[in-house]
Amino acid sequence: MKFGVVIFPGSNCDFDAYQIVKSVMKVEVEFLWHQDKDLNGCDCVILPGGFSYGDYLRTGAIARFSPIMQKILEFAEKGGLVIGICNGFQILLEAGLLPGAMLRNSSLRFVCKWVHIKVEQEDTPFTNNCQRSQVLKIPVAHTDGNYFISDAGLEELKENNQIVFHYCSPQGEIDRAYNPNGALENIAGICNRKRNVLGMMPHPERAGEMILGSEDGKYIFSSIVNFVKGKGN
Amino acid sequence: MSKEKKSYRATVYVRLKEGVLDPQGTTIKRALGDMGYNGVEEIRSGKFFEVSFSSASRKEALKLVNEISDKLLANPVIEDFKVEI
Repeated sequence: MKFGVVIFPGSNCDFDAYQIVKSVMKVEVEFLWHQDKDLNGCDCVILPGGFSYGDYLRTGAIARFSPIMQKILEFAEKGGLVIGICNGFQILLEAGLLPGAMLRNSSLRFVCKWVHIKVEQEDTPFTNNCQRSQVLKIPVAHTDGNYFISDAGLEELKENNQIVFHYCSPQGEIDRAYNPNGALENIAGICNRKRNVLGMMPHPERAGEMILGSEDGKYIFSSIVNFVKGKGN
Repeated sequence: MSKEKKSYRATVYVRLKEGVLDPQGTTIKRALGDMGYNGVEEIRSGKFFEVSFSSASRKEALKLVNEISDKLLANPVIEDFKVEI
């Protein structure tokens, strides 16, 4: 199988994502340029973190119209796996691949720290290697991670089991005290109804080796590999 | 016969919808309180854009600006916009 990491002007977690896939997971990976119009046969596309287009207008608002995003929309429509991390999540929201939007953090500050997230759905291509209610230690680093969705939209997310991660305590308690950005109901990550597109604010690619402080990010990447290999690719 | 195009300048106001939390507005209001302006009940922040272009008619101009506001300048999930020409 093969991963593709998209580089937008201003992406800055692209090499981290490349590194965990290639050196830690030992899986084939290549960079995809934002002007490209081909996904080169990648089985999973990673939209990495960073500040694409300087966060001008709104986070992810400009990147959403880059040529490669048109291909990614078609790829996702056909069931292809897409994971957006941090700025990648913001781009997926702007592109309409995931519902809702990001507001400025309630503190108005850039928040960069380790957080804990609880796995609420283990039946997705991105979490099948996790147990339900498992707590992962993964860092966040963002200014706009205050997830918002309308009341009706929130109901729909719940009905379709699309809330994949909540911010929580190290023991798994979901409380406002463990919410780094003000996100509605401590939402840290969601998937689409078809479950082939995931957006998450925490950075699993920064938690792939103990020397970095945690290996929990590997659960996400190994789940993706499991899923794709299970399909016989 | 092609119609002569005229120059237009539109102003687009973008603001957070009612009911959407505005962390910047809340913080500005708190600062005003610290400064002694205790009568301020609410501050809502927003942004505006000036769009200059040529168009065959006012109607067409309005249509264009509404379209780009809806597609790019505002995010309809959290924001409303108002166009003035």
